Amino acid sequence: MDKNPHNTGIRQDLPPPKMHVGVAGWIRKNMLSSPTDVFLTVISVYILYKIVPPLANWAVLDAVFSGDVNHRNECREIAAGACWSVIVARFEQLLYGFYPVHLRWRVNLTFILLFVALIPLLYDQVRGRKYLLWFTLIYPIFAFFMLWGGLGLESVESSKFGGFLLTVLIGVTGIAVSLPLGIALSLGRQSSMPLVRLLSVCYIEFFRGVPLITLLFVASTLLNYFMPPGTYFDLLLRVIIMVILFAAAYIAEVVRGGLAAIPRGQFEAADALGLKYANCMRLIILPQALKISIPGIVNTFIGLYKDTTLVVIVGLLDPLGISGAALADSKWQGLSTELYMFIALGFFISCFAMSRYSLYLERKLDTGHKNQ
Amino acid sequence: MKLIKYLSFALVLVGLATTGISHAGTLDDVRAKGHLQCGINTGLAGFAFTDDAGNWKGFDVAICEAVAAAVFGDASMVKYTNLTGKTRFEALKAGEVDMLSRNTTWTYSRDVDLKLTFVGVNYYDGQGFIVPASLGVGSATELEGASVCIQTGTTTELNLADYFRSNGMSYEPVPIETNAEARKNYLAGRCDVYTTDRSGLAATRASLDDPEAHVVLPEIISKEPLGPLVRHGDDEWGDIVRWVLNVLIIAEEKGVTSENVRALAAELQKDAELNRMFGTTDEYGAMLGLSDDWVVSVIAAVGNYGEIFETYLGVNTDIGLERGVNALWTDGGLIYAPPYR
Repeated sequence: MDKNPHNTGIRQDLPPPKMHVGVAGWIRKNMLSSPTDVFLTVISVYILYKIVPPLANWAVLDAVFSGDVNHRNECREIAAGACWSVIVARFEQLLYGFYPVHLRWRVNLTFILLFVALIPLLYDQVRGRKYLLWFTLIYPIFAFFMLWGGLGLESVESSKFGGFLLTVLIGVTGIAVSLPLGIALSLGRQSSMPLVRLLSVCYIEFFRGVPLITLLFVASTLLNYFMPPGTYFDLLLRVIIMVILFAAAYIAEVVRGGLAAIPRGQFEAADALGLKYANCMRLIILPQALKISIPGIVNTFIGLYKDTTLVVIVGLLDPLGISGAALADSKWQGLSTELYMFIALGFFISCFAMSRYSLYLERKLDTGHKNQ
Repeated sequence: MKLIKYLSFALVLVGLATTGISHAGTLDDVRAKGHLQCGINTGLAGFAFTDDAGNWKGFDVAICEAVAAAVFGDASMVKYTNLTGKTRFEALKAGEVDMLSRNTTWTYSRDVDLKLTFVGVNYYDGQGFIVPASLGVGSATELEGASVCIQTGTTTELNLADYFRSNGMSYEPVPIETNAEARKNYLAGRCDVYTTDRSGLAATRASLDDPEAHVVLPEIISKEPLGPLVRHGDDEWGDIVRWVLNVLIIAEEKGVTSENVRALAAELQKDAELNRMFGTTDEYGAMLGLSDDWVVSVIAAVGNYGEIFETYLGVNTDIGLERGVNALWTDGGLIYAPPYR
């Protein structure tokens, strides 16, 4: 043992001071580093303290989860918190609406295959992508017959559709059709042909200038007056078309923003290479413009997806409509918080997934022009 | 040339649709479709709601079932269109539904200006107020300056304005869309008062955790005769819906129920009106274009008026409404039907 204090040999590294590592160090560095930080931390902790324990009590500790409970009063006798039994009792209605029970496998299958159809669109490194894309192409037709029936399958009317089935149906169709339509419109707006440009501008300005609710009312009430008496043009179809037309106008403007960010030189370079308009757009302009527009496009999609709840005002029973009908059952009256929280969770999962995917796509397509 | 042809064809169609040059009778349309298309509420306690199995039930829904039973002899041959307060009349006028049974108040302008035919009244309602007992209000005349939760697009909105104006009071409206929303806002204290039809107030109050802490004020500020309706222009169809409602009432008056109707109809009754209704002596059904035993089908399927009331609204339900003015005229109420003769 060398106890010479003047020894200048190599010393062992000492561990950093306790207050700078581990949990304590992290808290110190991130939460208490300045008086402002301390103040904000205290406020946040206080708010959490006020919100989290009562919420946990209500939603979990004091709640009733049993599916055997058949009346709100039975819930109240067991515990004072949330009565999730209403979700258990109405779970299938919230998912499928009034879709016939013995045919719900068709909805499930369509939903699962939706992801199979989406994978080659969302990820370009998938094995067998070429074949999967063919499937994606026929998927809409397949889904149509699976959901509505026909071709030997028992047919189901639109009025039986409801719950999250309706949300996903309107949302996904709206998203899938409005994107190409929107891109076409944005190109039309930039077009050098005056008639195309004028029509595109009129379309975009009209649909952006009218609230979605108005369009839904037009779909539900006014359109009937323009059709021969006795013909019945499916309300759900009318609503989906209106949602598509509405979203396309917004997508068009988002994509126009992307197009505007492309330097003039890119167009000129394409011309110099002798590329025709279609190829120029497909190979050079749109890939760049769409990449820039991703956050805006996804933003529009998420907005569209959430806007599907507006259909309740024309009497289509989306999850909110289903919950309204459930709340009118005097057995479950007053349990709106439970139903709304469940629906909020459903929407959050979908929207969060979309938002995460858009971040992934941005990172993947990042060619290093930002964050330098 | 082709384009012009199509355009003119379309114009003719539009013309037909807008002038309402009518098609074949609604009854024939309904028969051809194979089902009755009935417009109902999107959800109103006691009147229209879904059970856990996803079937529509309720006081208004039962009227639809009754009409389906009258036309087809089978109460299940009805499909529902859920309509909001804003879309209901357009849907009926545009022919999307064959009839409306959606707690709709019979008013002058709806009858005359909107060109709808109210075929009768199946529930006499009236607008009332509910307030927390802690407010210490005993009468609606003490509501000066109160904030009031009010459903938009309904007659209640107009009644409220009229009532406060005529009493020289001011109020602050808190517009809401549905009963569930109103309940939340009311409980959260965003409004001092919630006003809607008293049937709705009773349902809301019954579902509160502490019903005793809330009082329904004694004032009834409006007449809300609710009933089924059809569009102008097809009186035969209107007659069918009207008489379905009437026989429900007559059946209660005569003590005919869903349980005993088949037995009663099987043999000749002393009461000649019953024999006419059951089609055992006369052929009254044919006058309406229905089968002669249509009344039997209706009562067997949904019960008489009193049975429907007790099933969905009565004192043994969660809503717990007394018959009140909706008792038969023989019990001092307003429910009265012309004779089946």
